[in-house]
Amino acid sequence: MLSLPQVYCAACIVGVEKGLTTQPGVRSARVNLTLKRATVEVDQDVEPEALADYLTGIGFEAYELDAGALMATETDKRSRELLMRLGVAFFGMMNVMLLSVAVWSGASDATRDLFHWVSAGIALPIVAFSAQPFFTSAWSALRVKRLNMDVPISLAILLAAGMSVYETMHSGEHAYFDAALSLTFFLLAGRYLDHRTRAVARSAAEELAALEVPRAHRIVEGGEEVVSVADLAIGDVVRVTPGNRVPVDGMVETGESEVDRSFLTGESLPIFAGPGDMLNAGEVNLTGPLTLRVAAAGKDTALHRMADLVAIAETARNKYTGLADKAAAIYAPVVHLLALGAFMAWLVITGGDVRLALNIAVAVLIITCPCALGLAVPAVTTAASGRLFKKGMLLKSATAMERLADVDHVVFDKTGTLTEGAPKLENLGDHAEADLVVALGLAQGSAHPLAQAIAFAARGEGLVPAALTDVREVPGHGIEALWNGQQVRLGRAEWVGAHVLGRTATYLKIGKRPAVAFTFTDALRDGAKEAVTAQKAAGCGVTLISGDAEEAVRDVAFRLGIDDFRAGMLPDGKVAEVEALAASGKRVLMVGDGLNDTAALAAAHVSISPASALEAARVVSDIVLLGKSLAPLGDALLTSRKATRRIKENFGIAATYNAIAIPVALLGFATPLAAALAMSASSIMVTLNALRLKVGK
Amino acid sequence: MNVLVFLIPTSIFLGLLGLVFFLWTMRSRQYDDPAGDAQRILSGIYDDAPPED
Repeated sequence: MLSLPQVYCAACIVGVEKGLTTQPGVRSARVNLTLKRATVEVDQDVEPEALADYLTGIGFEAYELDAGALMATETDKRSRELLMRLGVAFFGMMNVMLLSVAVWSGASDATRDLFHWVSAGIALPIVAFSAQPFFTSAWSALRVKRLNMDVPISLAILLAAGMSVYETMHSGEHAYFDAALSLTFFLLAGRYLDHRTRAVARSAAEELAALEVPRAHRIVEGGEEVVSVADLAIGDVVRVTPGNRVPVDGMVETGESEVDRSFLTGESLPIFAGPGDMLNAGEVNLTGPLTLRVAAAGKDTALHRMADLVAIAETARNKYTGLADKAAAIYAPVVHLLALGAFMAWLVITGGDVRLALNIAVAVLIITCPCALGLAVPAVTTAASGRLFKKGMLLKSATAMERLADVDHVVFDKTGTLTEGAPKLENLGDHAEADLVVALGLAQGSAHPLAQAIAFAARGEGLVPAALTDVREVPGHGIEALWNGQQVRLGRAEWVGAHVLGRTATYLKIGKRPAVAFTFTDALRDGAKEAVTAQKAAGCGVTLISGDAEEAVRDVAFRLGIDDFRAGMLPDGKVAEVEALAASGKRVLMVGDGLNDTAALAAAHVSISPASALEAARVVSDIVLLGKSLAPLGDALLTSRKATRRIKENFGIAATYNAIAIPVALLGFATPLAAALAMSASSIMVTLNALRLKVGK
Repeated sequence: MNVLVFLIPTSIFLGLLGLVFFLWTMRSRQYDDPAGDAQRILSGIYDDAPPED
């Protein structure tokens, strides 16, 4: 199972499937575009990681997934169950409608009764089967003495069916079997859309979690074994190879290396680590193998303590009520009171005609039709989140879109969010080709970000690495080798013997010649500029908050045109900053990826993190960017605003329609035909209004 | 009105037929990837049969 965040077209599907099947050991491959993943059948010995690498190599970003995602099939089953109920309800609705039309067009007496009986025969079992989700949900709400949207829905369906049976038995003129069924059908459609959107989001979120494989190499007598991080105990010794994340908090026992702690602190440059230094879980070992003695594992690590901080900030945000819930809170009591009022009033007017009064009360319940209301929100969110998903954004929380629409201030983190977190070689043109090929030869074997940046830039120029012998990486210092009998070194200034420049740089020394410097800037993430410009165009204030040094932050802020920036911020400083903005009446969108951002992400009104972010950051974010680029951010803001407007329009449509329908029903003029027409018309209008989101630019 | 004796069962039978077809499309997983199916029509590669898994 592979995750493919960037496939979106027919050519991509073909490219991925064909590409995969050319690989040895692959039996078949199938892309699912809706879920943006590929299912690959392979022989035993094929490494999924190799396939993901291969796909990334031919231009499709791909990640390996944990195939044991049992939850995914679980949600799948639920959505299919809903679809089944939907199909059955549709069948019943159409058949009963057919019979009802005959009644409306003038069937009378025995014929009408026959039609009503046939309708009852179809409708009752189908209502019992299809409307189950509403009944169970309403029942569980009632049991804890609460009202939700499903209570009036269930009541309307049950009363409509029950009263129709009564009327049929007494050869009554009006039966509402078709209304009971179409109510069920339209509402199930809304429910299904809602579920489908969430299932897609949930399965993708699970995939992200599955990306992180929490394993460690524990050193035991006579070798090492791979164990789950959860099984590590304090005092164990683990080995961390270059390029891997440190799984636990611990002290370095042996080895020297450099670690990248940008996730934890936002510092963009690696720091040196040797015996006796403390490392934290989440840092990335870069150059040399290290062994660590575990000081804290699992829940006690610094990483988890940070997560606890987040949990506190989260509870504050959970108080947000979505538009749908707000509408339901008003709607349910009003409708029930109206129906009850109608019943009482007609009982008094007619002097005790229970049958007529009940008839009218039911007509009120049916005609106020929660249909439009039940569809209003899911139809819009489905259309909008589908649109965002296509652009590579994943909405994790149901109300994220509404909250995103409120945003008027954006706070960015720097390292890993606005910037790639990886340096880019700046002065390639200043160096002689002879120097560059040597630098490339030295750099190509190292996992250090600066070395990789040099190798990347030099290869981009089409250079061929010089033939070096005795290449040796000195962890924490640099790389050295022999070239034409001369010693060549690439690394820290002190180590090669060069002046230290006041900026990010590495130094190359060839033989006795003076060292030359390679300088770097922090490369901006794709689309960072567009994102910032778009936010400004949308009328949002933009602030940059980073834990990095002032100079680096100022540079990035300048390049992106951000006037407001803060450097050297600690995690709680970031939270304070976000809270201060919130206190001044701003709705803050926080975009960040590091552990040092998580608390701020949770404190913000709504938050976004890139897929490359640490798991903790992604968990607290409402929206995850699946691709590399930040560019969809601007569009997300516009789409969410448009979507919220559509939701409100839909409520408007439903309200207008009710304003006309309720008096008619109250006066006792509503017929089953009128109810059917009104219900269908309002539902279709609401759906079409939502679909405008998909079509419009 | 005796014709109803045939017509009502007929209409219900036809409806059931539709329902059975719907259940079949669902069981053969034809709603799992609507976006992908919409795109696949553009490629020149054809599936011999719906995927089975």
